[in-house]
Amino acid sequence: MGMAAAEAESGGMTEYIKHHLTHLTVNEGQGFWAVHIDSVVFKLSIAALFLVVFITVSRRATSGVPGKFQAFVEMVVEFVDGLVKETFHGKSRLIAPLAITIFCMVFLENFLDMIPVDLLPLLGQKLGVAHLRIVPTADLNTTIGMALCVFLLIQYVGIKHKGIVTFFGEFVSAPFHAHGPVGKILTAAPNLLLRLIEEAVRPLSLSLRLFGNMYAGELIFILIAALTLGSSLAHVSTYLFGTAQFIAGFVWTAFHILVITLQAFIFMMLTIVYLSMAAEHH
Amino acid sequence: MDLTVTIVIQGLAFFAVAWLVMRFGWPHIIGAIEERQKKIAEGLAAANKGQKDLDEAKVRAQDIIKEARDKAVQIVDQAGKRSNEIVEDAKSTASTEGQRLLGQARESIVLESTRAREGLRQEVGALAVSGAARLLGREIDAKTHADLLDKLAAEIARG
Repeated sequence: MGMAAAEAESGGMTEYIKHHLTHLTVNEGQGFWAVHIDSVVFKLSIAALFLVVFITVSRRATSGVPGKFQAFVEMVVEFVDGLVKETFHGKSRLIAPLAITIFCMVFLENFLDMIPVDLLPLLGQKLGVAHLRIVPTADLNTTIGMALCVFLLIQYVGIKHKGIVTFFGEFVSAPFHAHGPVGKILTAAPNLLLRLIEEAVRPLSLSLRLFGNMYAGELIFILIAALTLGSSLAHVSTYLFGTAQFIAGFVWTAFHILVITLQAFIFMMLTIVYLSMAAEHH
Repeated sequence: MDLTVTIVIQGLAFFAVAWLVMRFGWPHIIGAIEERQKKIAEGLAAANKGQKDLDEAKVRAQDIIKEARDKAVQIVDQAGKRSNEIVEDAKSTASTEGQRLLGQARESIVLESTRAREGLRQEVGALAVSGAARLLGREIDAKTHADLLDKLAAEIARG
C-alpha cells in the first residue's frame, strides 16, 4: 500500500479519500450523459478475459479425460448447473448460462478490490490519468445496469412461460385471489400495487446490496491506506501506524475474499430464484 | 454518486457477455459434461454386465465340470463292469472249452482203448488159435471153429 501520491497535489485525508472515490469521467458535468469510463473499461476488460477463457475452454472441451483447467471450469459449471436445476424445475436454455455469467463476472469484478488500492491509480497518474476507480461493482451504475438486465429478463421469462395474457393478468389477480366479479375488482388495485412494488424492489435490492458491499469494502481499504498518509520515515508514529496498516490490511483483505465471493453468489442465486418464480404460475 | 448513461453501457455489456456465453460457451461445455456422464454410465453398466456374465460363466463352468466328473465316474463304473463281464465271459468260455477238450480227450481215450482192445483181442484170438493148433498138432479150420473162437475172443475181450 502506498502513501498516496495523491497527497502531493492537495492536502489532507479528506482530499485523499475524495480523490479515490471520484470516477474518471467522460462528458463530465453533462448530467446523465457523463460516462464513468474507468468502470466501463475495467468491466469490458474483465468481460473479455472471462469470455476468452470460458469460450476457449468450452470449445475445446472433450468428453473424454479433461485437462486440469477444463476440470476447473467444469467444476464451476457443474456447481452453477446444480444450483439452477435444484431451484428451477422447468426447461430453460437461458438461466444457467446467465447464472454462470453473473457469478464469474461479479466475482472477477469484485476481485479487482484485492489489488492494492493505491497501485493502479498511482500508475494511472504517471500516465496522466487524473482519477481511477478500478472496481466496476463499486460503481452504482454497473450494479444497476446488471440488475436492470435481470429485471428485463424476469419479464421476458414470465411472458415466455405464461403467455402474455396470463402474465399481465397476474398483475391484478395475485397475490390476493378473489372469486366473483366484485371481489376481482376490489382486489385488482392492491394486487397491482403490490406487484409493482415487488418488481421495483428486486432490481433495487440486487444492485444496492452488491454496490453497498463493494463500496464499503473499498472505502475501508482507502481508510487503511490513509493510515500512513503524509507520514515520514523520520517519525516513530509512522512505524506504529505502518504496523497497524499492515495488520488491518491483511485482515480486511482476507475477510473481503469471503465478501466478494458471497456477493457474487448472492447476486447469482437471487437471479436464479427470481427467474424461477417468474416462470411458475401463481 | 450520480446515475448516468454508464448504467446503459454496463447493462448492455453485461447482456452481451451473457448472450455470448449462452450462445458460444455453455452448450459446448455442458454438452461435453453430459456426454462424459453418459459414457461413464455406459461404462459402469458394461462393467456390471461383464461381472454378471463372468459370474454366470463361472456357474456354467462349475456345472460342466460337475457333469464331466459324473460322466467320468459313470464311465469308470461301466468300464469296471465291462471288464468283470469280460473276465466272467472268458472264465466261462475257458471252462466250457476245457470241458469240451476233456470230453474229447475222454472219447479219444475210450476210442483208443477200444481199438487197442480190439487189436489185442484179434491178436489173442490168433495166438489162441495158433496155440491150439500147436497143441492139437494140426490145422484148425477157422471156419469150422469160428463159433468157438469167437466166444473165446469175446471172453478175452471182456477180461
